[in-house]
Amino acid sequence: MGFIGDTIDSVKSIQIRQLLSQAVSLGMIVTSALIIWKALMCITGSESPVVVVLSGSMEPGFKRGDILFLHMSNDPIRAGEIVVFNIDGREIPIVHRVIKVHERKDTGEVDVLTKGDNNYGDDRLLYAHGQMWLNRHHIMGRAVGFLPYVGWVTIIMTEKPIIKYVLIGALGLLVITSKD
Amino acid sequence: MHSFLYRLNALLTFSLIILALICGMASFSDNFNTPSPSVDLKVLNVNWFHKQHGNDEVSLTFSVEADLQSLFTWNTKQIFVFVAAEYETPKNALNQISLWDGIIPSKDSAKFSIQVSNKYRFTDQGSNLRGKPFNLTLHWHVMPKTGKMFADKIVTSSYRLPDEYR
Repeated sequence: MGFIGDTIDSVKSIQIRQLLSQAVSLGMIVTSALIIWKALMCITGSESPVVVVLSGSMEPGFKRGDILFLHMSNDPIRAGEIVVFNIDGREIPIVHRVIKVHERKDTGEVDVLTKGDNNYGDDRLLYAHGQMWLNRHHIMGRAVGFLPYVGWVTIIMTEKPIIKYVLIGALGLLVITSKD
Repeated sequence: MHSFLYRLNALLTFSLIILALICGMASFSDNFNTPSPSVDLKVLNVNWFHKQHGNDEVSLTFSVEADLQSLFTWNTKQIFVFVAAEYETPKNALNQISLWDGIIPSKDSAKFSIQVSNKYRFTDQGSNLRGKPFNLTLHWHVMPKTGKMFADKIVTSSYRLPDEYR
């Protein structure tokens, strides 16, 4: 009896330890992803350092599913730059090019007009009702880098949530079944 | 330990790292290109010039002659060019107004010469345009196949708008 009891105990203790170490490694993966994201936020100064292009308004430069790296510095905004901006009352930020800039002499405040490369007219129709210009606080960042196709992963995941759960499940399974 | 899923994971991770490295190297190689673009901009005609709703507005015809072929590298997808008028007013330290823009898809079409009227409205914030000198500037944005985007400009002629509306 003593012998059998010992083995059961050892098996139990091993499982608990293994379970704990797996939980820790899973936690490590999640937290390191979070650390990388927050570090990127600090370095780029933008609240979302990476955005996925969702529309074709900047084609053929940026297609749907491409990703852009943003940078937000204190440098003044100039014509030609590709900026990401938020309109009041709209949830999804827009990535378009600046075509007009008027910068105040006394305050340094800017009036900016944008346009999508593939759109016929400027963006005044997209702005809030009666809004003629974008100001500094609308702008989340300017695009500095570009990577094609990578954004399709997130587009597919948001449009087909099942794929997301399958993927998360598979990854979780992989972490739990791995033994080192 | 060496299950199928485990190996698949390792293979995927490795190929993604290699792909990221290649993308990084392609983008880095752009730094070795030292372009020597040449540009000539000329204002040919002031089509009309008036004041509307308190703001001066002008329509220009100008010529663009540019050779941007040296900007293309193997990592270049396209070049976005635009001509901007830049000037200063008592209210604004800088006014930049894009007058015309275009997309150059390939090296073959990067040497061009055109005459155009402004595609976007040349409107001031206020009425400061009479007799106002402004710079015509050609800007370009190199959009890469992958990696970092480049931009630069050439400031060319200074031109003075007429003293009277017409």
